[in-house]
Amino acid sequence: MLIKKGIGAVVNFTGIARPANNSGNIEHLEIEHYAGMTEKKIKEVEKYALKKWLLNTCIIIHRYGKIKPGENIVYVGTAAKHRKNAFKACEYIIDYLKVRAPFWKIEKIKNKKIFVKSKKEDEKKIKKSF
Amino acid sequence: MKIIYFSWLKEILGISEENIKPPKEIKNINLLMKWLEKRSIKHKKVFLKSKSIRCSINQQIVNKNSKIKQNDEIAFFPPFTGG
Repeated sequence: MLIKKGIGAVVNFTGIARPANNSGNIEHLEIEHYAGMTEKKIKEVEKYALKKWLLNTCIIIHRYGKIKPGENIVYVGTAAKHRKNAFKACEYIIDYLKVRAPFWKIEKIKNKKIFVKSKKEDEKKIKKSF
Repeated sequence: MKIIYFSWLKEILGISEENIKPPKEIKNINLLMKWLEKRSIKHKKVFLKSKSIRCSINQQIVNKNSKIKQNDEIAFFPPFTGG
């Protein structure tokens, strides 16, 4: 299969829920999303990345709902002829998911809900809006 | 018009969506936010933080000058925090 497609590089990224932050131990994460729009935005970035970095294929999985520390949150896999494109596309997609796909994180710490704020540096990484 | 709220907006309001019929002069998102602010104390608490609120019309991200129609699905939310 890989030979047939001419794939020379596969990059896998997995985002994992951390056990703690500055406020303390995280009991669990709650990820909310905008059903319908989320799928649309993921398809859009997939289409963009396939074309821009000439990917052979691309897989994007993002969980929502209750996520415990140590569990996977997100997976991005990219396959291309050369590693440079696979790395660049993978990084772009995960950066995009952080600030352009309608997900919101809540951290549950000591029975308190903390609404995670977006980071300006993450916002700046993605100029393009589909 | 269907209004959907996410994240801390939903938490403060205690509702995830509501159906409303704003008057005809409410022609854009800015005016809608000001109109919604007057609906209750909780709405006021939410929409006073308008600078932290983003919005979409029919699942398309828009700016606050964007025009609205009676049958639109409008969502209000903070900046995204996925990944």
